[in-house]
Amino acid sequence: MANYKDIIGAFRDKPGGIIEAYHALQKEFNYIPKPAIAEAAKVFGVSEAQAYGVATFYSYLSTEPRGKYIIRVCESAPCHIAGADQVVKAIEKELGIKTGETTADGKFTFELTECIGQCQETPVITINSVPYVGITPDDIPAVLDKCR
Amino acid sequence: MGKEMRIVLRNADKIDPNSIDDYIKAGGYRALEKALGMERKALIEEVKKANLRGRGGAGFNAGMKWSFVPPAEVTYVVCNLDEGEPGTYKDRTIVQKDPHTLLEGMAICGHAINSQKGYIYCRGEYPYVVEHLNRAIDQARRKGVLGNFDIEVRMGGGAYVCGEETALIESIEGHRGEPRFKPPFPGVAGLWAEPTVVNNVETFANLPEILNRGSEWFKAIGAASYPGTKVLTLTGDVVNRVAIEVPTDTTIRQVIYEFGGGIRNGKKFKAVQIGGTSGGFIPESLLDTPIDFDSMRGIGATLGTGAVLVMDETRDIVDIVTRIAKFFEHESCGKCNPCREGTFRNFEIMTKINRGMAAVQDVEKMSLLCKVMQKACLCGLGQAAPGPIVTTLQHFRHEYERKLLA
Repeated sequence: MANYKDIIGAFRDKPGGIIEAYHALQKEFNYIPKPAIAEAAKVFGVSEAQAYGVATFYSYLSTEPRGKYIIRVCESAPCHIAGADQVVKAIEKELGIKTGETTADGKFTFELTECIGQCQETPVITINSVPYVGITPDDIPAVLDKCR
Repeated sequence: MGKEMRIVLRNADKIDPNSIDDYIKAGGYRALEKALGMERKALIEEVKKANLRGRGGAGFNAGMKWSFVPPAEVTYVVCNLDEGEPGTYKDRTIVQKDPHTLLEGMAICGHAINSQKGYIYCRGEYPYVVEHLNRAIDQARRKGVLGNFDIEVRMGGGAYVCGEETALIESIEGHRGEPRFKPPFPGVAGLWAEPTVVNNVETFANLPEILNRGSEWFKAIGAASYPGTKVLTLTGDVVNRVAIEVPTDTTIRQVIYEFGGGIRNGKKFKAVQIGGTSGGFIPESLLDTPIDFDSMRGIGATLGTGAVLVMDETRDIVDIVTRIAKFFEHESCGKCNPCREGTFRNFEIMTKINRGMAAVQDVEKMSLLCKVMQKACLCGLGQAAPGPIVTTLQHFRHEYERKLLA
């Protein structure tokens, strides 16, 4: 696993690159570890509070450890009217966790999200940012099985 | 099915989006060459004359925006690909099907404002679009078609407010994406305090054809006050959920019935929300309105991003608006009080109404709050957030009344 200092260092010369560095960290660790925020503050010349403020402003970034597979369900209006609630229930049942939680084996984290721009076939879920469109509650076991 | 008119999507599904050679063979980068041969002032004048108005939602004349940029050593071109407006997938569609039309449009703008650097701010939820764009930019660099103009892609982090141009600029600078006070406008002091033009993907993507065919040609298409075409994305209870590009004098009814194929499952129409989740809800009686910016504003609705969310007779308007109120409560950045508190209270009251626990006084309070927000919020997010509540109270009041306590 890459060192967080090296990951951040790669963006040192990019003006405003702290968010790019956070994306790279999240790609590696699935979240932004606390020591990495302190390091980013140092590298980009801002206070730790500011670096933390940036990391927590954006809903796509997480400062809490998450599972290997991050499942997100879109709950914006087009997905809402297409039955996103039922998909949420099916995922909660299948994984045995509520939204915002991670399974005990560290494999799955379940989150809600706003629109992810795939509204041509709703409802939509993403697994590690890859969209799956037109999902029904019945599809959930098979879709999640692919990750098991 | 009605006939589309494709300017922005002229190459879609006709060329290989991964091949710059395909784009060049289809006439690509000729408009940029033409632009580079023009005086900057003449180029801006040509775009201004075409009356190309911003396709991101604000509808401001693009050439006029460019003309505000003062002579400066460093200026920036920024493309808004944040596309967080629910129901919208047009910018993704444009870029996935024809990335070079965006790059060419940005480079044309680059010449007009004497800029050597462009940024594309792409939403974090589209990592595959970032890869796709970087591939296209690499090809363009290797071919040398962009001249001394370079483009870099930056990723957003899932904040709806970053679609607002000053919040977007804050985010590129590596800050929390909170909107700035205006003035100064970005054209004068934008990215790193330098003059900056921020335009939407679709606005840039119109430029190559405007240069190729001239402003007179463009001006004659669609509605006189908002000429050209608009890419619309159809969602919800409509048969064809697709992206279409139509002249701006097309009516909402044509969009839903001719292009969208009507309502799914033989059901009846109830409402359509256009422009994204802050757009107004439109009833049957107003469906013959053309989709252009000013006509939509005339009926208290918006064209916005061009998202078209169709709802059939079975849909619960109050429930949908409650969901939308939750969206704004979540996406309000918290910088200004009217939006932070207003979106919170609106969601609270809508939830109360939706659960059948509210009285008519609650609706009155919420209406007043909406008025305050429309006037007092710092940025477009807060000012537009009450739109769905206000328009549904106007056109679908009976649905609220049904849920109120006696």
